[in-house]
Amino acid sequence: MTQTTNILIVGVGGQGILLASELIADAAFLNQEDVKKSEVHGMAQRGGVVSSHVRFGKQVFSPLIPVGEVDILLAFEEMEALRWLYFVKKEGMVIVNQQQMVPPIAVMKGLPYPEDPIQQIRSSIPKVLPIGARQVAKEIGNERVMNLILLGMLSTGLSFDMAVWEKAICQRVPKGTEEINIKAFHMGREKATS
Amino acid sequence: MKKILSGNEAVARGCYEYGVHIATAFPGTPSTEILENIIQYSEINSEWSPNEKVAFEVAMGATFAGARTLVAMKHVGLNVAADAFMSMSLIGAPGGLVVVTADDPGMHSSQNEQDNRFYARFAEYPCLEPASSQEAKDFIGKALDISTQFDVPVLFRVTTRICHAQGVVECGERQEIAIKGFEKNPEKFVVLPAHAKKRHVWAKKRLSDLHEFANASDLNQVEMADTNIGIVTSGVAYQYVKEAMPNASVFKLGMTYPLPFQAIEEFSGKVKRLLVVEELEPFIENQLKAHGIICEGKAFWPAVNELNPDLVREGFVKAGLLKSQASSQEPAILLPRPPVFCPGCPHRGVYYALNKLKATVTTDIGCYTLGALPPLSGGDTCVEMGASIGVGVGMAKAKGSGKGIVATIGDSTFLHSGMTGLLNAVNDQSQITIIILDNRITAMTGGQHHPGSGEAVDGTPAFQVDLEQLCRALGVKNIKHMDTYNVKECIDVIGKEMDSEELSVIITNRPCALYPKDNRKAVLQTPFTVDADKCIGCHACFRVSCPAIKASEEKTDKGKFKSFIDIDLCTGCSVCSQVCPVQAITRIKEADA
Repeated sequence: MTQTTNILIVGVGGQGILLASELIADAAFLNQEDVKKSEVHGMAQRGGVVSSHVRFGKQVFSPLIPVGEVDILLAFEEMEALRWLYFVKKEGMVIVNQQQMVPPIAVMKGLPYPEDPIQQIRSSIPKVLPIGARQVAKEIGNERVMNLILLGMLSTGLSFDMAVWEKAICQRVPKGTEEINIKAFHMGREKATS
Repeated sequence: MKKILSGNEAVARGCYEYGVHIATAFPGTPSTEILENIIQYSEINSEWSPNEKVAFEVAMGATFAGARTLVAMKHVGLNVAADAFMSMSLIGAPGGLVVVTADDPGMHSSQNEQDNRFYARFAEYPCLEPASSQEAKDFIGKALDISTQFDVPVLFRVTTRICHAQGVVECGERQEIAIKGFEKNPEKFVVLPAHAKKRHVWAKKRLSDLHEFANASDLNQVEMADTNIGIVTSGVAYQYVKEAMPNASVFKLGMTYPLPFQAIEEFSGKVKRLLVVEELEPFIENQLKAHGIICEGKAFWPAVNELNPDLVREGFVKAGLLKSQASSQEPAILLPRPPVFCPGCPHRGVYYALNKLKATVTTDIGCYTLGALPPLSGGDTCVEMGASIGVGVGMAKAKGSGKGIVATIGDSTFLHSGMTGLLNAVNDQSQITIIILDNRITAMTGGQHHPGSGEAVDGTPAFQVDLEQLCRALGVKNIKHMDTYNVKECIDVIGKEMDSEELSVIITNRPCALYPKDNRKAVLQTPFTVDADKCIGCHACFRVSCPAIKASEEKTDKGKFKSFIDIDLCTGCSVCSQVCPVQAITRIKEADA
């Protein structure tokens, strides 16, 4: 079972998480891997916590990743990275979007948002890649491609060919947005290696 | 050809490939995407029915007339269709019928987590449980074969993790099968007592034939390996077992009713210890025990919530078969993110008003159930589809007055099973207030059409029931309308009707902010913004619970977070601006927008 690669994508409803997880599954599938992917639809879409499990390898059984076996955690929000951190292997990697979304209910009840989540993550998982993906997306000219920037960063942790990623992206994104999405993807890759 | 499909997409694909002619459903998580995907195959005649009972009855008629048929619903939907489901047992399904029950262990989006395999045993129907997307497709073919061979409906039990998990599926071509047509046979199709008595004897014989079939069926697979331990399992639990105990011998049940007792006895004889790993109830375990097969199951695995790889592993640790893994990490206790109404949701103003008016609110099933959560806190009871009106009437009887009691029900839920409750309220001369939250769509499940939305399953124009005329025909005299984007109007209209000694129905007027997709332009208006200089950090705007209103990084002199509005999310509904005590929230000037 050690050959299975486990990726957990987390964030808040509406951040483009499901597209990112679909693209990872598509890329693995194009790469001839067995793939399973699991998330829950319904209530979670209404501004709640969203998580998507993607697993690929020679043969994948469970659609859910066991605790402590995540190779890469892709978090779209800082507190969400902390929430799901216990799934990550010691030697795993955490890519975290530098964005803090304070739930209004917390403000009303005077509950504090966690203190410096990225520092807290580093204290248990050494390999952390923070990125201000929203700012990078703004620079490209469309905040909605934030998910492709994060996906580009994640792609550096996997061994798929660039052609596979580009094919997966072009198949899935709305017609006419291929170019900006691929640009965002490459921008993410550059940020990961710089 | 291989594709990545969710379990629901795979069920739809199975319908296409194995020649299904007619498919019906009422939407409900986690089953909704089954019919949504079937609609894409023009070879299959499909419909969204107004409720599960009607869906089941249409499907029943179709199979009586010799068509290959599928009906899909969520687990609690089968309760609604149960009358038809049970009595059909004595008739059979000549054209073939698959009844999909999508159970929701863990209650991701449901009011209970009942295990519907019991329904198979109750009605004496075979129960199939796929464990992957590939099986979800393949088993549709096998279910139809069993259905036609034994003249029996087949209960097809899937769970949230099967419905919504995606996997690789090998797809094939469609088989065309002719519709046989209805053959008159009153002794079979008319279940008068005299006929039904004979049919019950026939049904018992059918069950014993199915027992025999189960023992030889390839739906059940034996994987012999280490004989120290044998595991009987089904559905997604099989995947977790393979993950936790890759070397154990496994008896994988694809058909969980009737159980292949003979085959399991044989398997049991080959292994030293027999365990049963199943999600929710000890359905398999208790039957094996009653049959005299020694096994263990719920001693190690919970009968509540959904299973996952970790819980299954833990069970094997409790059973002394695996060593406990010292976990390096614990889940962090963090701020919750409760689900809220979408920006521009027409329900927001209603529940804000109900909270302000301190009404006793019997609410119902739909997006608007979220109106019961803080900070809106505008709901006091919610049980099942259509309950709001009956529960409100009952409360009024107990209290001796209907004043202050408000039932809230969505349009889709009202048409599903609220109309008879309303008829009864009229007949009872109840004084309660009923609000029909008419957003013209079944919204919670992703925007499906119903008889009030004016569109057919394929999006073509269709008859649209007039809710006001319908209520009048049911005998309601006092009908009011209300603009839910106007908070003061909501408080005034509901407040007045709550105090009245007459039954009243209030019908709201705003469409869902999300569906249909082309309606979005009609909903979107110029967004609002918070004037940070005016904002006093009182958080009154947070009380309308809108995802577009967030805490700003800026604080007041007293250290309170100010509010700000995410203009990408704001639809310009204006509700927040109406509750701000200092008029700090205003519409952006067109020139700046």
